[in-house]
Amino acid sequence: MFNNFFHKMASPKYFYSISSRLISWLGMAFVLITLAGLYYGLVKAPPDYQQGDSYRIMFVHVPAAWMSMFIYVVMAGAGAIGLIWHIKLAEVISISSATVGASFTLLALLTGSIWGKPMWGTWWVWDARLTSELVLLFLYLGVIALYNAIDDKRTAARAVAILALVGVINIPIIHYSVEWWNTLHQGPTVTKLGKPSIHLSMLIPLLLMAVAFKLYYAMVVLMRARCEVLERERHTNWVKELAGSQ
Amino acid sequence: MSFSEFLDMGGYALYVWSSYGLTLVILAVNVIGPLQLHRKLLTDIAHAARRARKKT
Repeated sequence: MFNNFFHKMASPKYFYSISSRLISWLGMAFVLITLAGLYYGLVKAPPDYQQGDSYRIMFVHVPAAWMSMFIYVVMAGAGAIGLIWHIKLAEVISISSATVGASFTLLALLTGSIWGKPMWGTWWVWDARLTSELVLLFLYLGVIALYNAIDDKRTAARAVAILALVGVINIPIIHYSVEWWNTLHQGPTVTKLGKPSIHLSMLIPLLLMAVAFKLYYAMVVLMRARCEVLERERHTNWVKELAGSQ
Repeated sequence: MSFSEFLDMGGYALYVWSSYGLTLVILAVNVIGPLQLHRKLLTDIAHAARRARKKT
């Protein structure tokens, strides 16, 4: 049964039709969970005893930062699978992740900056956490630029996979930067070992937003992958028929 | 808590709402882009197919 599933998923036509259906379901789930997350985060959760209401930026900042790293690992992992086993779909997922990954990285940097101003008194410091996250943004931009610079899509996908894999080294650096170096950025409160040092009323909206962002990523990556499939398969009959029937 | 208190965010309104606003903008752009590209690809491919059929 599993074999059959993977065989079907490898067919671009089948992938196209199933992803089109998944996109609307993911979109609806994303909207519902985001609304719940916003309600618990902005209305129900109490103000922080040190940071007042400014800490509510956390509910978008932290999930965005998590996504920036998660998407990078997916992009590099899918790139490696495409590189080793020559699976086209993995190449497509890999390259479709780049723009949305860059967007979450930018969002994490911008919201962090906006949070930093009232709490640290500065928009930016060149410390380890912030600098390594900025490096992540440049890695994403490098991937996007490299992919667009090479005409043959399959060669481009291979080149990008290698660049993405080299950049993976930056991910543990970002994660451990707050422990390895002295920094203004606070340490982890959720992902550390043992009990998270964050109150449940704040943990719930944080996790809701994290789930919502994951759903959003899945939706956007399928939207982009669907376009990538159309472009690569534009001379096949099924794509011509599909376009003609619109 | 009144609605104006909610909007004021304990004096951090500018910071909190600009963060959420940016989030909305960035998430929206990432959805609108691929949707427009999808529509454009389908029309382009349909046009190309029609042109090819006329030639033969």
